[in-house]
Amino acid sequence: MSTTTLPPTEKAAPVSAPAGTTSDRARSERTLGWLLAGPALLVMLLVTAYPILQAVYDSLFDYRLTDPENRSFTGLSNYWVILTDSTWWIAIGVTVFITAVTVAVELVLGFALAFVMAKALSAIRPVLRAAILIPYAVITVVSAFAWKFAFAIDTGFINKWFGWLPGISGDTDWFGGQWSALFVVCVAEIWKTTPFISLLLLAGLAQVPEVLQEAAKVDGATWWQRLRKVTLPNMKAAIMVALLFRTLDAFRVFDSVFVMTAGANHTETVSFLAYRQTISRLEIGLGSAVSVLLFLAVVLIAAVFIKGFKVDLAQARGER
Amino acid sequence: MSRREKIWWIVAGVLIVLYALAPIAWIVSLSFKAPSDLANGQFLPTDASTENYSLILTGAASDLFLPALRNSFGICLIATAISCVLAMFAAYAIARLDFPGKKLILGTALGVAIFPVISIVTPLFNLWRNIGLYDTWPGLIIPYLSLTLPISIWTMSAFFREIPWEMEQAAQVDGATTWQAFRKVIVPLAAPGVFTTAIIAFFIAWNDFVYGISLTSTSASRPVPAALGLFSGASQFEDPTGAIAAAAVIVTIPVVALVLLFQRRIVAGLTNGAVKG
Amino acid sequence: MASIEMKHIVKQYGDGFPAVNDVSLDIAEGEFMILVGPSGCGKSTLLRMIVGLEDITSGDMVIGGVRVNDKAPRERNLSMVFQNYALYPHLTVFENIAFPLRLAKVPDDEVKRRVNDAADVLELHEHLGRKPANLSGGQRQRVAMGRAIVRQAEAFLFDEPLSNLDAKLRGQMRTEISRLQRRLGITTVYVTHDQTEAMTLGDRVCVLRKGKIQQVASPRELYEQPVNLFVAGFIGSPPMNFLPATISGNELSTPFGPIALDERRTAAVAGRDLLLVGIRPEYFEDASLVDEAKLPLGSTFRARVDVTEWLGDSQFAYIPYEAPEAITNQLRDLSRELDAEELRTQAIVSIDSTSRIREGRDAEFWLDSRKVHVFDPQTGENLTRDAEAGAALTRMATEDRVEQVEEARARADGSTSVGAA
Repeated sequence: MSTTTLPPTEKAAPVSAPAGTTSDRARSERTLGWLLAGPALLVMLLVTAYPILQAVYDSLFDYRLTDPENRSFTGLSNYWVILTDSTWWIAIGVTVFITAVTVAVELVLGFALAFVMAKALSAIRPVLRAAILIPYAVITVVSAFAWKFAFAIDTGFINKWFGWLPGISGDTDWFGGQWSALFVVCVAEIWKTTPFISLLLLAGLAQVPEVLQEAAKVDGATWWQRLRKVTLPNMKAAIMVALLFRTLDAFRVFDSVFVMTAGANHTETVSFLAYRQTISRLEIGLGSAVSVLLFLAVVLIAAVFIKGFKVDLAQARGER
Repeated sequence: MSRREKIWWIVAGVLIVLYALAPIAWIVSLSFKAPSDLANGQFLPTDASTENYSLILTGAASDLFLPALRNSFGICLIATAISCVLAMFAAYAIARLDFPGKKLILGTALGVAIFPVISIVTPLFNLWRNIGLYDTWPGLIIPYLSLTLPISIWTMSAFFREIPWEMEQAAQVDGATTWQAFRKVIVPLAAPGVFTTAIIAFFIAWNDFVYGISLTSTSASRPVPAALGLFSGASQFEDPTGAIAAAAVIVTIPVVALVLLFQRRIVAGLTNGAVKG
Repeated sequence: MASIEMKHIVKQYGDGFPAVNDVSLDIAEGEFMILVGPSGCGKSTLLRMIVGLEDITSGDMVIGGVRVNDKAPRERNLSMVFQNYALYPHLTVFENIAFPLRLAKVPDDEVKRRVNDAADVLELHEHLGRKPANLSGGQRQRVAMGRAIVRQAEAFLFDEPLSNLDAKLRGQMRTEISRLQRRLGITTVYVTHDQTEAMTLGDRVCVLRKGKIQQVASPRELYEQPVNLFVAGFIGSPPMNFLPATISGNELSTPFGPIALDERRTAAVAGRDLLLVGIRPEYFEDASLVDEAKLPLGSTFRARVDVTEWLGDSQFAYIPYEAPEAITNQLRDLSRELDAEELRTQAIVSIDSTSRIREGRDAEFWLDSRKVHVFDPQTGENLTRDAEAGAALTRMATEDRVEQVEEARARADGSTSVGAA
């Protein structure tokens, strides 16, 4: 999708030696490359690969931090405990629900935002850009609090403002039921993360050459046909990348749930479950197993996207 | 564009601004409500009061909030600085040098970026307790690198790829030493990219909540989001809503200021990193 | 200002591929030398070796009598205009031009004076405060030139400086570069693939092919006495026509009838079987428009015209012909190598713009047989090249140049003495 960016001016670069024969220069370049990039790679591996391996190891033990004496190897039984417990399946259900709803809504809303920003008069474009960045930059916890307080019975104004809608009255307790609580969580998540999607889509939109639109107009396409047959297909890579990042991000939802419901009324997500097992209940073994399962789920989603939907990240990144 | 169309686009623009700012306006409004006014059911306070601000800045909650603010700034700035330096070297290698590790490093960065934070927290929680990093600044700075480093590498390599490196050669022909060419030509060209990356990395560190609540226990290292999240639990005062709102406004000020000042660069950085990386 | 001598220069890449292969070339003080050839011929590599951006595998690079092989670019004191100008985007036009002076720690008022002088020459005054991103292509080009002329460099190097400009600007800048070079009288090496630039700018032109020098000569000599098929096909637009021919006695038989050769050329081609005759388009004419007196100097033939192109001041006619397969393949290879896309065997013929020859009809043509060259189809060698006549042409060009450089120098001396007085 970066096919329309200017070709790099490679002319000045010397023709590099083809693989096979390695000249001194190429070898020293390689060494320098590893010297420069090595530390970053090492740090990344240290802060992720090591902990996840530790988590895999810990998950094979029955291990409570409050009772370290009785740490014992139990094989996969932690996984068995989790996978046969309805708590896990409810958490999975809630997480999938939040992910599906937020990503779907964000995609549509984000596209609308991107479209308006792309077409907006250049005078107000900077204003829109600044405005849209604010939800992105605001701390998730702050956003969660803002929405929580707005919907709350005591401090909120939503019930009063929207009291005329059926089902809403002055004492509607949004956080008292599973669905209404999840609704508020989704609203907060959508508000906070739509801007990111819309910015990615805007970048994708900008890379669909205007001349294609004109050609389609001449060919007699309506606005809707141009969108469906010209704009969207050419933005596929941008859309897929936005979807991939947002889906993985949404699947890890934690902050909003923590602030708004603390997992009450069956609103616990997988991340929250892992947190509760480890940090609150100090069940290192069980918590690690949940963490590993969450990790596997994320890997699975990424794999589905990359293999199934053929999100070509290299192409999307404009790598040759 | 016809007049009617123009009006529609302006209406759409106003809606976007409303969308983006309404919750912020709400939390600001809430922060100015006196405790007695909190449940007035209105968007705006009946009578604006700065009571909540004095509570968290000088009053009873100040020993909770102020250390958290200091922790947040310190930890986030250090984590940002470290990841920017590491990313700068890595991005230079990726953009400039021909070596086989490029793909591996970008791939690793991507993998780390999609990593579920909570999966790292569990083992770290255990490990930090054993080696004494629990509830310390380094105990947060190190895991923050897992948040800031991948995006820094991606964003910065995207920026560095756009640098016309042959400028360095032109400078050498113009009589510059290698060092002069780097300092006078490459540094000024690379600086905006590094700066933008730093802002984005800072946003991400500033936003962290999971590490903050999991790996700290006292005001020695607890950052603001975690402190906010746990305000409600600590019932030193009756209704923490006003205090939370005021604290939320204060921690939002820096990011809003950065957004207003550098919006163009931030957008370029965000989209470059994700789209072109 | 200095001379540049290259002795057996070789550039070999890691895989052993020689991008530049045993090039020896002397460029005199104040000379305007063009390096020309199709893409991949090694001309840019050679230029980058002169300036020091590319290591020299073997051979000697001598600038102003000093071997510079191991010197860094900044120690060579050359200035270069890059193809995409390489303007520093973070600096204003003034600072871009001043950059080399700043590096040399020239005092401020001196910098100001010299940048202003350069801006005068290039008419850049009103743009000095702007950033390169806000300039048009032509203006950027001028800034790049300004940066090159602002210091007293030993030589100017140009790497396809006009290839990013549109045709009209290219013409303007071409004359500007030419004027500037004559005025400053500075040694110049100019890389291009555009033969108009090569012919109009150069005192001498060095034609390169696959890293090897084919011919170094004045534009006139290249045009009239090319050493081989490659040079003959590369220089000239529209290109030289190559017709298959066989020889018997002093007569070549070609698809366009027999062509008689003079004694010298008959001797040169004697004993050969298949030949290629090279005829420039302007050696042809509409037979009905040729002077009676001139007719016997050439031969006439009838042929069917495929297409005519009337351009106002001139007119071209395209005449297809049949050729043996071996020749067709040979010609196809040649045109591919010259970056040209020649699809069919046809002759391009220049005729007077008043000619009434129409496409799709037979017409009678006259061709001036005095100037045709005969090539060996296998080796491509020009069998009928008159080395002496060619050398005379180049000698004349050299004399012209020396004269012009001396004039420029006299003017420069005059102006400095005025300035000093």
